Amino acid sequence: MDELITYGPELAQGFLENIKLALVGLVVSFILGTILVAMRVSPTPVLRAAGTAYVNVVRNTPLTLVLAFSALGLSDQLGLVFSDQPETNSFWLVGLGLGAYTAAFVCEALRAGINTVPMGQAEASRAIGLTFFQTLTMIILPQAFRAVIAPLGSVVIAMIKNTTVATAGGLLTDSAATMKIVFDTTGASIPIFLGVIAAFMVLILPIGYFTGWLSRKLAVVR
Amino acid sequence: MTENGDVTPLVKLEHVDKHFGALHVLRDINLTVSRGEVLVVIGPSGSGKSTLCRAMNRLETIDSGQIIFDGQPLPAEGKALARLRSEVGMVFQSFNLFAHKTIRENVTLGPVKVRKVAKDAADRRAMELLERVGIAAQADKYPAQLSGGQQQRVAIARALAMDPKMILFDEPTSALDPEMVQEVLDVMVGLARDGMTMVVVTHEMGFARKAANRVVFMADGQIVEENTPDEFFTNAQTDRARDFLSKILTH
Repeated sequence: MDELITYGPELAQGFLENIKLALVGLVVSFILGTILVAMRVSPTPVLRAAGTAYVNVVRNTPLTLVLAFSALGLSDQLGLVFSDQPETNSFWLVGLGLGAYTAAFVCEALRAGINTVPMGQAEASRAIGLTFFQTLTMIILPQAFRAVIAPLGSVVIAMIKNTTVATAGGLLTDSAATMKIVFDTTGASIPIFLGVIAAFMVLILPIGYFTGWLSRKLAVVR
Repeated sequence: MTENGDVTPLVKLEHVDKHFGALHVLRDINLTVSRGEVLVVIGPSGSGKSTLCRAMNRLETIDSGQIIFDGQPLPAEGKALARLRSEVGMVFQSFNLFAHKTIRENVTLGPVKVRKVAKDAADRRAMELLERVGIAAQADKYPAQLSGGQQQRVAIARALAMDPKMILFDEPTSALDPEMVQEVLDVMVGLARDGMTMVVVTHEMGFARKAANRVVFMADGQIVEENTPDEFFTNAQTDRARDFLSKILTH
């Protein structure tokens, strides 16, 4: 237990970083995921194909590769730099990488939601003269979103846990190193594991309850 | 039918054909709808009458021929098509009220987003229309809280809110419990009296007799017979029509 107290603050520092990453990932993935699903259901074949290609490539690529690509490919090779501070720079690269990766899952959850909206809703919307885009944003997506709040919650939970592979993008290497040192020097891994698990539980459990409650509250009655 | 002196038809279908795969659902349809006319389309199920109705605002595309609305061919897509649809109301068999919006919002959405009417003006107009169809007291409820008959009356108010040049009714009472059919038909008869141009696909022969100017009988994707309601119901010209009528009017 002593080890947890000794090294706790340092690990907590890293954990805070995980939370910040998750917030960036959340915003990026929901915005990009919504754009992707709009592409996937659009009447324009090129957009549909592009959306499908993105989802298929990104969803089937291991996250570690996506994050390594953001750091090594996007930043080092292609020169995408957010800040002079290496720490800040890799934070945004990893955050965006995580968001871009999770967006594929958000897109697919929303697409499942769209399938729950009866065809007649879109027909009625088009029949009063709303355009495709208006129909999507005012009629279809609001109902689709409400239908998949719980699955979206699962996507968010997976994403929060995925922040732990941020080292692949060169972030949180200090925390990871700290953890390794603790294990190597003290041999006391179990308290540390339990402590980290507890921290994630505190963060994630409420999300499950919240999304469950929200999905009941916002359910569209037909 | 042409009280306003404008004799050009509001809708004109010329040699319209459509297939669903191997099924030839519309066969060389030629039809005109005059301004202010109430046209009732009847026929056995699968005869293509719903498809005909839905083709008039291009919810169904057609394979060949053309449909002219108010002097212009129906636009194929995009903003022009949206504009056309805003001028043609549609009432569906399954109501299709927007499930996540209140009754009031269902009625104001089109005017506000399509016609760019100010929110409060659209609200006032929505309440007038809901008053007219007898649902004003339920304005802040959601569609699922209303009965089928009430929902369908809201759907009519939603169509009217766009000040359409014509309203299409695609079997508006077929999904209703029997005791709710009349309240919807009453609203439709009122509209017909007020001179709204209506195309009504229905099995309600009472409505056809009471409100229609003309009855079109369809079978197997073709218009088999067109006549005034009185003539059609008492003196049908074709065997197909007589056969159909004998099946539905015996009891």
